[in-house]
Amino acid sequence: MKPRKYLKVYTKFLHTSLASELEYKTNILIDLITAILSLIGSIFLLSIFFQNNRTIGGWEFEEALIIQGIYTILNGITNTWFNPNLTEIVKHIREGTLDFVLLKPIDSQFFISLKKINPSGFLEIILGFCLLLFCMRINQINFNFSLLTLSLISIICSICILYSLWFFICTTTIWFVKTWNAIEVLRSFLYIGRFPLNSFSFSLRIFFSVFIPIAFITTIPSEVFLGISELWKILLEIIVSSVFLITSRKFWLFALKFYSSASS
Amino acid sequence: MISNLINRKIFTLLKVQYSNMLEYRVEIALWAISGIIPFFMLNIWTNNNLNESINISDVMLSRYFLCAFFVRQFSVVWVVFSFEEDSLMGKVSPYLIQPLNPFFRYFAQHIAEQITRFPFAIVISFFFFIFNPESLWMPNLGILFLSIISTFLSFLIQFLIQSIVACLCFWTEKASSIERLIFIPTLFLSGLLAPVASFPDYVKSWIYLTPFPYLIDFPANLLSGNRTSVFGGFSMQIIWIVLLFQVFRKIWSEGTKKYTAMGS
Repeated sequence: MKPRKYLKVYTKFLHTSLASELEYKTNILIDLITAILSLIGSIFLLSIFFQNNRTIGGWEFEEALIIQGIYTILNGITNTWFNPNLTEIVKHIREGTLDFVLLKPIDSQFFISLKKINPSGFLEIILGFCLLLFCMRINQINFNFSLLTLSLISIICSICILYSLWFFICTTTIWFVKTWNAIEVLRSFLYIGRFPLNSFSFSLRIFFSVFIPIAFITTIPSEVFLGISELWKILLEIIVSSVFLITSRKFWLFALKFYSSASS
Repeated sequence: MISNLINRKIFTLLKVQYSNMLEYRVEIALWAISGIIPFFMLNIWTNNNLNESINISDVMLSRYFLCAFFVRQFSVVWVVFSFEEDSLMGKVSPYLIQPLNPFFRYFAQHIAEQITRFPFAIVISFFFFIFNPESLWMPNLGILFLSIISTFLSFLIQFLIQSIVACLCFWTEKASSIERLIFIPTLFLSGLLAPVASFPDYVKSWIYLTPFPYLIDFPANLLSGNRTSVFGGFSMQIIWIVLLFQVFRKIWSEGTKKYTAMGS
């Protein structure tokens, strides 16, 4: 591994994909409006849940907004990096162009995971941060160094889990060729990350923390942010995310053994 | 004779598309699964006793969300994505020469897909009744018939909206971002995530004039036996269909004049 070489390659990726995306200027504008409307819609939905209730699963409206904020940031990251790149894997495998990726003197997972970027997701990330700042004011959270590090760690772990889930499903294309709809299933499951884990019934809570740790992704960072999380939960999240990352890496290398080019 | 010809055309189209769809049964099963968001929502509603405040019993609410799932399954439209791909690949040009509006082809595709999806939706609802045995009910034939018609009308509304958006492909190559923009109000206002009856008054005052509640809320209420205005619902659906159809005809004739084939 040569970090400097990879950094240099990545700046090139950034440059080319930004240039090509900025060609569709109206598109980006529409995406920005979509991001704003989507956030308004989620808050609207949340306000329906809270219109006659004080709490949902022990979370008050002001606290549940933090989950929305973190969800928005993660969704922005998904739209910026994961979605454009990982859906490309499906195309690579269908058209047999994965050969060109594998022949390059660079790590194939690095290449297919970071090649493209979709700038319209940036606004969602910014919106999420604004919502978080607003939540800090209304929840009277004192900002200090330990809070910052702990919440950063937990958010980074969430990003790793999210990435691994996406990457895992996209890797299965090597066997199944078409996995668009599997991605749709993942997306609809991810949707529940907007709500606190405790608001679901016991069986669903188990399902979304053991089998597909989607609820982990937003609920634990929000708890950390509120300062009500226990240490073991943070440790658990670190363990889960590293297991996911390592497994996804192993799975990719394993899957490549089964890759047979489409045209040759 | 002309009607005979049309009949034969439609029948052939349907048969061809149905066999096409049968090729990818797993895909369609996955797509059926990706529509289970209403069930997660139901879980939040009942688990937090949110339904008491809006005077809908647990059982009626679970029926509502099951029906919402069904209506969504049979009114999902993806014309924009097919049309965008076809127009970028230059496949639209041969379609335009044929004496048949290409949208009939997409229409047949959707109907065929719905027929293929039917068994999967039945299986999912079977599991739903295993977990919620108390919500099992049998709507009477008249209601069933009316709700099938209203679901079909809801499908028509969405099909027309998306066709209009798809025609924008003639002007801007990427219409799918406009589709994503329209999808946001469809998601939050159609009653897929929360019944429209639970919306706050300032939204309810104008929402029944928009097409959104008639996409899912109206057919689902009708089928599940919740209170709804049958006559008002149907007339609003028909008014919207007529309006959208006029817009579609206009934009289609404008668009085909504007059309320049890709790659030629």
